[in-house]
Amino acid sequence: MSLTLLNVIVAVVIAIGFAALNAAYLVWAERRGAARIQRRPGPNINGPWGLLQPPLDGIKLMAKQLIIPGGADKILFIVAPVLAMFPAIMSFVTIPFSETIVAKNMNVGVLMIFAFASTGSMALVFAGWSSRNKYAMMSSVRAVSQAVAYEIPMLITTITVVMIAGSMDLMEIVRQQSGSFLHWNIFPLLGNSHNILMPISFLIFFTCTLAETNRAPFDLGEAESELVAGFHTEYGSMGFGLFFMGEYANIVIGSCLTTILFLGGWNAPLPFLSFIPGVFWFLLKLYLLIATFIWIRWTFPRTTIYGLLNLSWKILIPLSLFNLLFTAGLLKVF
Amino acid sequence: MNAPIELQPDETFILNVGPQHPATHGVLRVKMEMNGEYIVEAETVIGYIHRMHEKMGEVKTYPQYLMNLSRMDYLGALGYSHGHVLLVEKASGIEVPERAEYIRAIMVELNRVSSHLFWFGAFVMDLGGFSPLMYALQDREHILDMLEAVTGSRLTYCYFRFGGVYNDVDDEFISSARRFIPRMRKSLKKYHKLVTGNVIFRKRLEGIAPVSQEMCRKYGASSAVARGSGINFDVRKNEPYSVYPEFDFDVPVFHECDSLARYNVRMEEIEQSLRIIEQGLDKLPDGPIMPKKKPKIIKPPAGDYYQAVETARGSFGIRLVSDGGKIPYRLKLRSPTYSNMHLFDEACRGMMIMDALAFMGSLDLVIPEIDR
Repeated sequence: MSLTLLNVIVAVVIAIGFAALNAAYLVWAERRGAARIQRRPGPNINGPWGLLQPPLDGIKLMAKQLIIPGGADKILFIVAPVLAMFPAIMSFVTIPFSETIVAKNMNVGVLMIFAFASTGSMALVFAGWSSRNKYAMMSSVRAVSQAVAYEIPMLITTITVVMIAGSMDLMEIVRQQSGSFLHWNIFPLLGNSHNILMPISFLIFFTCTLAETNRAPFDLGEAESELVAGFHTEYGSMGFGLFFMGEYANIVIGSCLTTILFLGGWNAPLPFLSFIPGVFWFLLKLYLLIATFIWIRWTFPRTTIYGLLNLSWKILIPLSLFNLLFTAGLLKVF
Repeated sequence: MNAPIELQPDETFILNVGPQHPATHGVLRVKMEMNGEYIVEAETVIGYIHRMHEKMGEVKTYPQYLMNLSRMDYLGALGYSHGHVLLVEKASGIEVPERAEYIRAIMVELNRVSSHLFWFGAFVMDLGGFSPLMYALQDREHILDMLEAVTGSRLTYCYFRFGGVYNDVDDEFISSARRFIPRMRKSLKKYHKLVTGNVIFRKRLEGIAPVSQEMCRKYGASSAVARGSGINFDVRKNEPYSVYPEFDFDVPVFHECDSLARYNVRMEEIEQSLRIIEQGLDKLPDGPIMPKKKPKIIKPPAGDYYQAVETARGSFGIRLVSDGGKIPYRLKLRSPTYSNMHLFDEACRGMMIMDALAFMGSLDLVIPEIDR
């Protein structure tokens, strides 16, 4: 019994450590990546290649006073940033990094991640509501409609994959994609699905991940040229820091999920490369996806709120529903 | 876009955009009555950076006032100085050597390109794309370096004198300017690929914020705001001054009236300015840069004088009433952004806030120039 308790504690510590480290260093990666795209050096003073920048930023943020604006709802104001970080950390528990590296595998892993992901948007609502700031309020209203609009196609696409795998177990989904890269769910030919629409499914899922994590070009919640800083306008100190890190932790979760559902998880792209540990392949795919996130953010302007909602309700949801029916039909035939 | 629900007046709320807001690019305050994200009524409130430039014109001598003009519009300062020196030269009958006229035209056009580049970057940033600003600033840096070498300053130039310019251009400037033209043309192609062709960018601008010709006439709008609505008016062509009649350039006019048309006009203007610079460098005559005969003390004879110039932001008018003394009796500045901005109140009604702020970006506002 004591051994299991130890296991749980170790798993939680590793999950928190991984999430926090990733969040901190993704900020650094984003700043360096943006600088590379914009032909400027980026943070390069503190430590080699500016690698000490994230801990120093953290110290700076922690040293600041946490100002709670007058008239704000104190409890919600303090709870909101914690709520932004917490679902991401919890979701790490069930993500399998390789055949062996997984904190707690469960047979409803997909469901658990989505359950926690939907708590994430509560953080934005709480923050916007409790700040008593008109900009923050408008931002949280946007965040709600965005979350509703984009969780639906994301879930429908996930159901497609779950139907193909016949399981909600993340490890089972990955195991079914073993073989060469042509067996991954994104490629339609050799996999279980035989569904030629799978690349479109992948694109839908990726777009929804962008929107769910409030990343550009869907960063309407914190559109800085319209709503100042959106829902975290009134936050300073580590409250802001937690929102900031929560965003990156959510990106990691979204990319992990994309890797597992569509890109074959820890499977090597070619069978003879499988002597390299699976965790390497998993992290490689994960960080390539994250690099794509950063690349997109610094290339595209922001969409409008009605453009965003139109895209979801008029294009993504019908497409993903059609894909679901199509896959169901194909599974019946084969 | 869906139409907003009709609300009672007591169901709307007031949103203060500014005076410190990232989208207003300065200390402009817009009081918006909002219905959710829709604007019911907007009122621009100006005066947060009023510095009494007009009043200063009534207490300073003519040469002392030279530096005030470049403090009005910090992005296209030379255009405003140009208007002032042309006016005083016209009033007191000072002959300007041809070389000085050409140098002035080249400098003003370089300044116009740098102003438009900054606008381009800031406008795309208003729409949420941050990288083009950095690219535009790097191209602008080349212009600022060139201007710094000749005029001595990078932003608030005091380069023009009554009768000419104070420093001659050297071979280094000319070769640098010649290098700049192909570089800028290459960059323009890149901008069109990166920004103009972007589907999100086009969707945010096409058909958004229509400004009719009537509205332009009502508010006295000029520059890209008028030319984006199909009004073919450019002071350089319609009321030629300086050596502009000797240059071959076009006035870009678009008839769509939307934000994209205003964007296209400015991007096309960069190309036309490059053509003027190219021709100016080719035609640049030798000779003095200041006239041999020039009155020691500038005292225009009593009278009423007016000069309009096309600056980066539109047609800038300057009116001088002289009583024959060392100090003007009255100096009235007609700044183009002041007229362009007042469109906003009427045109943004019923728009969503994000479209309205994109529209505001397309007007190319420089707040110190409104408040003077």
